[in-house]
Formats: sequence, C-alpha cells, structure tokens
Amino acid sequence: MKIAISSTDGKLDTPFNPRFGRCEYFIFVDGDTREWEAKANPAASARGGAGPQAAQFLASSGVEAAISGKFGPNAYSSLEAAGIGAYEADSGTPADLLDRFLAGTLKQVNAPTGPKRH
Amino acid sequence: MIIAVASGKGGTGKTTVATGLALSLAETGQPVACLDCDVEAPNAHIFLNPTFEHRETVNQLIPAVDPDLCDGCGKCADVCQFHAIVVLGGKTLVFPELCHGCGSCTLVCPQKAIREVPKAQGILEGGPAASGGRTAAGIDFAQGLLNVGEPMAVPVISQLKKWRGLSDTDIVILDAPPGASCPVVESMRGADFALLVTEPTPFGLHDLRLAVELAREIDIPAGVIVNRDGIGDAGVDDYCREAGVPILMRIPMDRQIAEALARGESLVDAFPEYRDQFRDLHDRIVEQIVRQRVGS
Amino acid sequence: MKQLVILSGKGGTGKTSVTAAFAHLLAQEASPFRSVLADADVDASNLELVLSPEIVSREDFRGGQIAVIDQDRCNACGICQDVCRFDAVLDDGEGGYRIDPLACDGCAACVYQCPEEAISLHDQVVGQWFRSESRFGPLFHAALRPAQENSGKLVTLVKQQARLLALDEDYDLVLVDGPPGIGCPVISAVSGADLALIVAEPTASGVHDMRRALETTNHFDVPALVCINKADIYPEGAAEIETFCQSEGIPVVGRIPFDTTVTGAMVQGQPVTYFQPDAPASRALLRVWDEVADIIEGLAE
Repeated sequence: MKIAISSTDGKLDTPFNPRFGRCEYFIFVDGDTREWEAKANPAASARGGAGPQAAQFLASSGVEAAISGKFGPNAYSSLEAAGIGAYEADSGTPADLLDRFLAGTLKQVNAPTGPKRH
Repeated sequence: MIIAVASGKGGTGKTTVATGLALSLAETGQPVACLDCDVEAPNAHIFLNPTFEHRETVNQLIPAVDPDLCDGCGKCADVCQFHAIVVLGGKTLVFPELCHGCGSCTLVCPQKAIREVPKAQGILEGGPAASGGRTAAGIDFAQGLLNVGEPMAVPVISQLKKWRGLSDTDIVILDAPPGASCPVVESMRGADFALLVTEPTPFGLHDLRLAVELAREIDIPAGVIVNRDGIGDAGVDDYCREAGVPILMRIPMDRQIAEALARGESLVDAFPEYRDQFRDLHDRIVEQIVRQRVGS
Repeated sequence: MKQLVILSGKGGTGKTSVTAAFAHLLAQEASPFRSVLADADVDASNLELVLSPEIVSREDFRGGQIAVIDQDRCNACGICQDVCRFDAVLDDGEGGYRIDPLACDGCAACVYQCPEEAISLHDQVVGQWFRSESRFGPLFHAALRPAQENSGKLVTLVKQQARLLALDEDYDLVLVDGPPGIGCPVISAVSGADLALIVAEPTASGVHDMRRALETTNHFDVPALVCINKADIYPEGAAEIETFCQSEGIPVVGRIPFDTTVTGAMVQGQPVTYFQPDAPASRALLRVWDEVADIIEGLAE
C-alpha cells in the first residue's frame, strides 16, 4: 500500500507539514517495504484549487492513504472521489506518523476537518 | 460623458469627490448618474441617501454535471485553466468558487453532460438619490455589492456599468475601487476621463504614479485632485509637473472636513462653497477631454 | 510560527502605518518575537516606503496567461468572439479579430474552439517580487504592473516565501500588511493566517466596512481583533464600532487618536513609533501592540 505524508522539506525526520494542498513536498512510502521518496507537490503554488490538484497528484501516483493535518472541503471531497483514505495527525515526523499509521492509531476522517482555503 | 474617479491608494477621498461632483452637477439640472464600483466596500450611498427601487442579482454560470450522461473522459478538466472541474476515480467534481464562468467545459463535453446553472456572486441595487433631506434631482444612483467569500469583483462591476436606464446624454460618475489591478481596470475601461484623487504624502505619490500609468495603459486622459492639501510634502506637485498631469482641484486638510465626512455629510452639504469648485472642475475636465481629442 | 495579517474593509484606514509601527516594535530587543515582514498589498505596496529595504533578490512574476491570435492561421470565422464571455475578442477593423489583453481572462475557451488552432495562451510577466533586508528584518514584497490581474496569486507567492524563510530560520511571526477590500487578494492574504487585526475608522460607513472585513475573516475561520484609528474624529462612530464588537465578542485592542504626527512620520519615511515615540498615536500603537502580542502568545501551537 502506498502512503503519502505532507512535508515541508521532504525529510523523514523533521516535523511534517499539516497543510495538505499547499505543502511543499509529499513523502511517498511503501507501507510494506518502508521504501520512501519525496516528490515536490505541484499544487504548492497553485493560484487556486490546491487541494483538488494535490489529490489528483496523489491519485496519479497510486496512493491509497494520505496523512496530513487538516483536510479542507475541496481536498476531502477530491480524496474521497479518488478512493484515497484521509488520515489526520497533529504533530510528529513523517517517520513517526508512518509508524502510527501502520499501528492503526491514526484517525481516519470521514468529513472535511479544515476551513475552506482559497 | 463618463468620469471615473480613481486612485491607487485607498482612503484618499474618491467617494468625497465623486459624490461632491455628482451633487453639484445635478443641482444645475443636468442628468447625472453615479455608480459605486467599489463593490468590495461601497460607501457613496452614505452621502447620496438613495432610495433603492431596483435590485438585481449578479450571477455567474457554473457547470453542473449529469452523472448519467458523464463517462468520465476528463476533457472538461483538460480545458479548465482554473482547476474548477476535475475527474477523480471516474467521478467529475466541480469546485464552484474556483470557476470563472467561461463555459469552456460545457462547450467541449462530447456527451453533452454539462449544463450551466447560475450562482449568485453579488447584487446590484439602485434608485434616485436624495441628500441632506433635499432631493438632489437628477442623480440616478446604483451600487454593486460583492458577496463575502467571492473572489471576483470584476463581473459585478461590469454588470453595474450596464445599469438600466443610463443614456448617452448623462454625465456618469464612477466611484472606482482602490488599487491598480483588474477591478480598477474594469471600472475605468470605456471612461472618457480618469479623475485621480491623491494626498500629498509619499504613500499618495507612490500610488498616484501607478494610477497615472494605468490611465495611460487604458488610454484615457487623466487629471489630479489633491486632497488633504498641506499635510505632507511637495512630492505630488513635483511629480504632476514632470509627468504633465494637470492638478484640477485642491481640497485642504481641515479637521472640520474630516469630521463632517466621518458623520456622513457630503462635502458640498457641509461646505456649500465647494459646489462652485466642483462645477469649475467639471468644466476643466471637459476642456481636458476636448484638448486630448484635438491633440490626437 | 504564527501569521498575523493587518486588514481593513475600506482602503486608507492606516493599515500600513500600523504595520510599520508593529515592525519597528517587533525589532526591539525586548520583543518576544522575531519576525519576517510581508507586504501583501501588491497593487499599492507602501510598506517599503517606510522600511527603506535593500533588495537582496528579485524575480519576475508570471501571472495569468492571455490568448494570442496567430493572424496567419486565422480565417476570421468569429467563433472566438462568440465563445468569449469577457468581451476580450475585438474586431481588428480589417475583418479579423484581436485580443484585448486587459479584458482577457486566460480561460482558453477560444483556444479550444478555434477550428484553425490559431489561438494559443502566452505567459505574461506582470510584475516582480523581492526579498529584501530592512532595518526591522527580512521583508518580502512585490510590485504588480498597473492594469494587471492575478494580484491574488502574487499575494499567495509573497506570503509563501515569507513563511518558508520563517520556517527555515526559526522566526516566530510573519507580519502581513494586507490589501484593502474583501475580494481575491484579501482572500489570499487571509488564507492561512492565525490572527487578523482589522484597522477600522469611525465613519458613517466604518461599522459596515469593518463588518465586511470581519465576515471575510470569519468565512475563512481566522480569529480577528479590531483597533480603531482616528478614534476621536467621530466619537459616535467609534462607540458604534465598539458596541458592535462587544456584541459579537470581538476584542477591541485599542483606539489610536487622530494625530498629524502619523503623516509627518510617513513624509520622513519612518514608523511613527520611531519618529516620535511620545506622540499620542505612538503611545496608543504601543498599547495596541502589547495587547496583540499577548494574544499571539496565547494562541495554541
């Protein structure tokens, strides 16, 4: 299973970025092998609609679960349509969050959790 | 004749000038219309006391996808420059607040699965204006009001400029929004003259330069009103001389004027001597327009 | 790291004078925060006139695209004019068509409908953005060329750059001087902020303008504070603002008196708190800042 975690600098051991649509990087991790790579988020500087564009990016990368801080309405409905699970975290490094996700202690959200962004 | 009252900087006195000019001209019996194009923060109504007799909604068309007809081909998403329509997991999603209402998705859909539905962006309201208890005969007033959370002021302004009942013989005074980008361009497009209100400070000068450049870009003649004259420095005067932009009127810094305006009294009601100055201003504007036409 | 944005519904209420004073106070040794400054009023960027920044780097800003017709391929069928909803396709006076760049929205409807594939979109350099060093810390600012679109996108970019530097170098605060109004650039300025300070003016429209600004911050879920500038010019208006804020539970963090020293400071290119620290406006701004700083410290991480 492929997992995406929002990040500011694309590193595993620095605090993750709680912004989904406009995070600078996504860290893609293979949940089975723990192999990972960071890719720049093409939606980070979108003029609008960063949430849906980030969701599209994850969908085209074959991601099945997304971990971030808050999911706005547009981001949430896009992930839902793409069949990507949205998991909410408040703090931690991507490495911690991966452990918590694999241990089943991260909360999956079933509705938007963040305010509408432009 | 259409006069757009503008300024790069906010709070320099655009509304004071627009309403003062409208009231002074209307009293001479000329048909005057005043349109408040500052749809993000319209204030002119305070000084003109209009009775709103007509209201209309400003709608934008947004796509609505029929899921039975849609086959998820994604052509709509390919042509949308604003990412307002996307296809994910075979479903087509629309994000109305990102949509610019261009209709491109509807045109390209091979299944004819998209129709367009109106979404309110703001309202227009207007009617005859009365000020200070007197009927200011002849002022036809209208304003636009952008709905909170809607990003785009331009469609509200462009519909306002087509307000009902305006005729070619009217003197139309447009109270433009501050700044120098798209909403100001939309307000100034098609005007015969740009009346730029500034204050003699470094902020005022910096933003006046932008407003003058903008008027030149749109290719309409411009003149300057210096408001709160005496508070700052000589920068604005020096600039106007160098740039060849005429200063058409000065309104001095006077705490009594500031207090009257804050209470909601128009400049000409509080200080009637300004009526003649505004009528002179109108004559000078006409002269500038004629000079420009003869010159070019 | 927190983001504080200074706003007002109506222009010219004194946002930039307040921001400049805050920037000055933030740079004092006793300040609890180190801050990065961002001027988000890219239409009329005035903060630089007070901070005398030295530009460290400048980049072109490519804004929205506009359509361009290849006249060699155009067969003058007029479909582009029919489909354009922005009145941007004009007759060129010779039986053909041309695009009005000021009206073009860059929606590309004409590009996809042109049967001759004669229309394409082109990037436009519509402004520049700058990273500068000011005497009160790093400043991100921009200059949008007059008559251009996309100020919202440029606002987003300026704020994003300020935020990245603040994260990289462990600054505590990004102080954003916002644009006037409630439209696209304001939405961009508010988005992602932790706190908004609305500078209101006591005029007949003051409450109304402030309410529109408050509705915008509400809409985007950003907590707001209000300070009243030129509070004594129309005391009834100031009282009306306070009553409204009280009923809505919005803290009023200060009243700044009408004081010509503010203009004097502007002419000198100085924050008023630096120019004349004992002037009535300076003393009031110091109190406003103390309250705002306390509230920022109280914001949950």
